[in-house]
Amino acid sequence: MGAGHGHRLHFHGHSPVHRAPAHVKVLVLLGFMLVVVATPRQAYAVLAAEAAVLLGVVLLSRVPLTYLLPRMVVEVPFVVFAVLMPFISHGPRTEVLGLTVSEPGLVAGIALLIKGSMGVLGALTLAATTEPQDLLRGLERLRMPDLIVQIMGFMIRYLDVVTAELSRMMTALRSRGCDPRSPRHWPVLARSLGALFIRSYERGERVHLAMLSRGYDGRLPDMERP
Amino acid sequence: MHVPDGFLDAPTSVATGVVAATAVAVALRGARRELDDRTAPLAGLVATFVFAAQMINFPVGAGTSGHLMGGALAAVLVGPWTAVLCVSVVLTVQALLMADGGITAIGTNITLIGIVTVAVGWSVFVLLRRLLPKTLAVVAPAAAVAAFVSVPVAALVFTGLFAVGGNAPVDLGAVAAAMLGWHTVIGIGEAVVTGLVVASVVAARPDLVHGAAPLIAERELVTRKVDVS
Repeated sequence: MGAGHGHRLHFHGHSPVHRAPAHVKVLVLLGFMLVVVATPRQAYAVLAAEAAVLLGVVLLSRVPLTYLLPRMVVEVPFVVFAVLMPFISHGPRTEVLGLTVSEPGLVAGIALLIKGSMGVLGALTLAATTEPQDLLRGLERLRMPDLIVQIMGFMIRYLDVVTAELSRMMTALRSRGCDPRSPRHWPVLARSLGALFIRSYERGERVHLAMLSRGYDGRLPDMERP
Repeated sequence: MHVPDGFLDAPTSVATGVVAATAVAVALRGARRELDDRTAPLAGLVATFVFAAQMINFPVGAGTSGHLMGGALAAVLVGPWTAVLCVSVVLTVQALLMADGGITAIGTNITLIGIVTVAVGWSVFVLLRRLLPKTLAVVAPAAAVAAFVSVPVAALVFTGLFAVGGNAPVDLGAVAAAMLGWHTVIGIGEAVVTGLVVASVVAARPDLVHGAAPLIAERELVTRKVDVS
């Protein structure tokens, strides 16, 4: 059972954005998004300037937009909310394309759409240009508690192992005529999840013993990437 | 459901970030008590499990689907402190590596999904465990009720945050009603799946279920005479 050490969103490259230290990227993205969130919702010129900066960074990273845009489907649930907002908000009514909608709701919906999309695009760019190992080291430099970074490291390391285990279970269930989405089969699905928990926990115990036998004393050694 | 960037205003996002950081710092001390030096690998693997469990969607109706939040499930299985750590790590990785949930909303998401569901789920579970008969059979139903309660409460806390720092002029009563109604339905799914998962782990490895530990400690060793003929 080999595990890939890259992650699904990473896009290999050598641009300045790829080479920038991870902790700088995280801080810049966080600061940038805080400014975006704090921007008044009708300051469209400012929002446009911020979007231009973001697009500039995306272009600089040379990650193709055709790679990033399809991955923006994560935002579909809140797009639905943003689209609904003009209809469910109160306040003075206005007419758009023959529909009567709430004016403040429309403004808020558009602002949410712009800010949320910028957040998703920014986060995708961070994920596409940063290897998980670099991200972990970056978070360590940002003084995130050592234990949290370790837990995160183990999660990232075993993410593909455990999700592959789950998908093998799902394949086995489906090949026996089970539809995991149907509530009728929830008992079977839940037993599989229970089994997955036991397997994950026992894997954790084995990993811990293996680490102890290699001299683990509560801190991970500072290893350079091979 | 993860809160995206721009949903709540900047001061509220920063404030929830401070709340989340404080709670995670407290949980770090608590988790060391629950797991000692096994914390890093075990919490890491449990976090991976929570992430995998969240990938399973169940239909909620109207063509949409909800997924497990897993706060109450993790609390019953590995204890509340470790659960806070695991869910918080899952949310942070999702925000930083999968663009799921805004980076400025990490604090909000950790507060809602990582802290509120775990705290409410664990309190309800402990209360039920105290009230109900002390047998292993009550662990799964108690976990289900805990999961059911935790989801609408998280939705209510979200409505409260929305009232303080919401970026939309929506009628608050309507938001509260919609969030409560919707999340009660999601809560039923969460309750059924949580109860069934806990029941299957209790049946196979009751010693791994943190919430069942006091009940196992009270069990007496029974020797039965079996006629072999």
